[in-house]
Amino acid sequence: MPLSQYLFFFLSFVAVLSALLVILDKNPVHSVLYLIITFFSIAGHFLLLNANFLFIVQIIVYTGAIMVLFLYVIMMLNLNKEIEPHKKNIPKVAAAISAGIFLMSLIALLKGADVNLLPAARNSNIGLLENLGNVLFKEYMLPFEISSLLFLGAMVGAVFLSKKEIN
Amino acid sequence: MLVFVIYKIILVLVVFAISLGVAAYSTYAERKVAAFMQDRVGPDRAGPFGLLQPLADGLKMFMKEEIIPTVSNKFLFILGPSLAMLTALMAGVIIPWGGNITMGNTSFPLQITDINIGILYVFGVVSFGVYGIMIGGWASNNKYSLLGALRASSQMISYEIAMGLAIVALVMTTGTLSLGEIVAQQSGTWFNFVYQPLGCLIFIICAFAETNRAPFDLPECETELVGGYHTEYSSMKLGFYLFAEYINMFISSAIIVSLYFGGYNLPFQNLITQYIDGNVLSILQFLCFFTKVLMGIFFFMWVRWTIPRFRYDQLMNLGWKILIPLAIFNILATGVMMYALGKV
Repeated sequence: MPLSQYLFFFLSFVAVLSALLVILDKNPVHSVLYLIITFFSIAGHFLLLNANFLFIVQIIVYTGAIMVLFLYVIMMLNLNKEIEPHKKNIPKVAAAISAGIFLMSLIALLKGADVNLLPAARNSNIGLLENLGNVLFKEYMLPFEISSLLFLGAMVGAVFLSKKEIN
Repeated sequence: MLVFVIYKIILVLVVFAISLGVAAYSTYAERKVAAFMQDRVGPDRAGPFGLLQPLADGLKMFMKEEIIPTVSNKFLFILGPSLAMLTALMAGVIIPWGGNITMGNTSFPLQITDINIGILYVFGVVSFGVYGIMIGGWASNNKYSLLGALRASSQMISYEIAMGLAIVALVMTTGTLSLGEIVAQQSGTWFNFVYQPLGCLIFIICAFAETNRAPFDLPECETELVGGYHTEYSSMKLGFYLFAEYINMFISSAIIVSLYFGGYNLPFQNLITQYIDGNVLSILQFLCFFTKVLMGIFFFMWVRWTIPRFRYDQLMNLGWKILIPLAIFNILATGVMMYALGKV
């Protein structure tokens, strides 16, 4: 087996294990830290796919910004095991069922998928910065700009919701 | 291949040793600079001119009693300073310390690795750096530590945005993200701060905030928070936090120099390159780079002992309402200028 395959199995093992620990650990701060490890191992997968831009963006955006905010909020709320309200069983069952349905639909969707149908997937250097920029700003210009508008809308909404009095 | 690996290992060890050495003597320099600014003598007991003071301080840190609060989370309590130290040392690998050294037929670049996403790597490390402070502050189980950790995280996230936007304008003019290439482009021409004066200023201000140096040292604000995030720390774990700050200062001043002040390039370098040997030039470049970095560190200290600490709302206002709009304006102005000069 080549080295990259060992790395793949190791990273997958770490990703799945830490993802499981996110939901199994009782302490919310520990869960956040396990989630950071999960994101790191997913970033490692990007590196194995020769997509170094996605690798670094995964680290900057997810582990560097989003998880810091998660950790910030959890520390601020000071959640503890003792004061955690007891949840009823019905929401838990509902959550499990809906997650199961989601997983099944994902599997059904990806079962017949052919990776080679994607025009970009044939090029193994697609994850490098120049190629990604060219694809994003030439082939997928409009969707890219629309998604940025979506973010702007979300930002305006968040500011609007956090305002206490509306003038 | 073997030569390559050995050479890289040596380079890594040398960069590691230099980072630690500079950080150790920065503590001494900081006290001497403070003394100079306040018309005092400063440390002068250990060795000539007090030059052995860092050794004495280090020994003191090791000898102190180690206290781990019983109500704290022990694993995370130890993980905090370790992470702070780890992330502080990680950014050194992409800094170009000088030109190539040629031995026989092989040339060895004085840069550990020149990845083509160099600047983004720095951002990744910087954004990860906040975890050391946050985890340590939370694991201490002390309200002052927690407040310091919260301050650190919100401050670093806020200033990262302005820092990133300042870099975008620089990347527009240089057309590359690789630190080695950015430095090579500045050889024999104007340094980048001439083209990006506003971006350079914003980047330096954000570097102060990211390293938690005065006037942005709110996370360890003694007058309000006892000791901030490291209130509960003692012995070498406290030493690691303090040491990580000095390493961060060294690395960020090296990055500022590489991005905006020509990196290892000597001023008017193209006038002398034909008269001297390549290896001699590389050594000169290394010395020049080091001089610039030390000047950067001195600037950090100069500011610390000159400008008083901000209030927290002033800090946030500066970050969000002044620096971010300025950085966006800088991007716009750079784009317009490049279009007007026909560079696009």
